[in-house]
Amino acid sequence: MKKLQPIQDVEFTYDSQQRKPPALEEFLDAIKYRDLIYQLVRRDIIARYKRSALGVFWTMLQPLGMMLVMAIVFSTLFHQVEGYVAYVLSGLIAWTFFAQTTSAAIFQIVWGGVLIRRIYIPMTSFSVSSIGTGMVNLVLSLVPLLIIVLIVGRPITWALLFLPVAILLLTAFTLGVSLILSTMTIYFPDVREMYQIIIQAWMYLTPIVYPTNIIPETYRFWFLHLNPMYYMISMFRAPIYDGALPSLDIFVPGALISLITLVVGWIYFAVKADEFAYRL
Amino acid sequence: MKPVIILDNISVRYRAPEVKVGTFKEYAIQILKRQVRIKEFNALSNINLQVNEGETIGIVGRNGAGKSTLLKVVSRVLIPTEGRVRLRGWVSPLLELGAGFHPELTGRENIFLNGTLLGHKRREVETRLDEIIEFAELGTFIDSPLRTFSSGMIARLGFSIATTWKPDILILDEILAVGDENFRDKCNARIEYFRKEGTTTLLVSHNADNIEALCSRAIWLDHGEIKASGSVQEIIAQYQHVQ
Repeated sequence: MKKLQPIQDVEFTYDSQQRKPPALEEFLDAIKYRDLIYQLVRRDIIARYKRSALGVFWTMLQPLGMMLVMAIVFSTLFHQVEGYVAYVLSGLIAWTFFAQTTSAAIFQIVWGGVLIRRIYIPMTSFSVSSIGTGMVNLVLSLVPLLIIVLIVGRPITWALLFLPVAILLLTAFTLGVSLILSTMTIYFPDVREMYQIIIQAWMYLTPIVYPTNIIPETYRFWFLHLNPMYYMISMFRAPIYDGALPSLDIFVPGALISLITLVVGWIYFAVKADEFAYRL
Repeated sequence: MKPVIILDNISVRYRAPEVKVGTFKEYAIQILKRQVRIKEFNALSNINLQVNEGETIGIVGRNGAGKSTLLKVVSRVLIPTEGRVRLRGWVSPLLELGAGFHPELTGRENIFLNGTLLGHKRREVETRLDEIIEFAELGTFIDSPLRTFSSGMIARLGFSIATTWKPDILILDEILAVGDENFRDKCNARIEYFRKEGTTTLLVSHNADNIEALCSRAIWLDHGEIKASGSVQEIIAQYQHVQ
């Protein structure tokens, strides 16, 4: 085979040897494909509720139903917690966002695998769109949450303005975890099944239905502070349930964990993304 | 003549454990036992190819010769293990029409989903919407959920979306057998129009007649290597001689 002469005088729109660093390239492509991400979110929401009579109202009813169950089961146990239903619901909504979004992201990358083998798509689209869907559900469930907070008489204060920050940090953490799990799923499909068990255990290890003071004091510190979701839940809960800003020893590590997870997850995923088509 | 596709020394190497490893546990055990033997397999090796604007290249070869892998490299799905790919313009791979459709969404909603999957903006899909629906001959069905469509309707919609925009590089894995004869004529007319308008085409087909009818040049892939390349008649003759 004769070697082809390098050609300088034409501009190529794609050159496999002149690519940007993978994390940056993936980021720019995800922005370029933002309309796709929007369509994927739309699809998930439409498809989920299309055949049900109450449609999108289920997003609001579901956490309420869950909360009701939890409240009935646990409120006698934890009657020392003031406004227990608001406590449970705030934790539950943040947790549900995390659990559903990460699981959806794993499912999406498997579903998307069919497409990835055929057409070029920035592969982060799948994790990012799962986040989008989760965000829509989260924002919708804020409505019943705030109503419950009012009903049980928890204070509504200016601290609520911190809520978007808490949600953004929770989102960053969730996206980071989603990307790491998606990458692992490509290599080991069993991750998908394993994660369902892990997420169950993780939920009970996180103070969602119980107050932190029931954990024996000797190891309470480690129990809570080794669990990144403790920070995420606390940051989300503070402005809603306590009507206050989270303390700095929650906010600073919480923000750091969330941003580092996102950066690590994004880079890990982007670096491995070229190999996905070989694996799927 | 402007080169539109340049492949320099492309190799695609799959590395897979010889036994299928499914779980962490099995993997860990096998690593500990040093049992994981990695098998390397070259789906493509040292491919050099230059395709100029407006050319239609036919690719022939047996199953597993690397034809589909080559198409994947050009459609940017597979980053080659070695070598350099350069492309100019928008690549449209007409493989597997309708991958990415959702059964619960209506035809119209699926057009937006599929159009953006192909890399178009929502706005661009919006402006082509009527054209897509008309070409697919779906009429009032367009607002029904896709699960109520026949497989022919789904294929027509898929083709219609994928070909509404004129690609710079068109990738055809087998000539499409979509719908009835009437619709097939429409499809072929569209592809013919693209070629006239300067679209560069890569065509994989087992049908020598198709290749002879459409292509200006052909390459013969065998075991991941280019065994021969040249004029269509020459290559087809050589290839059929071996068959």
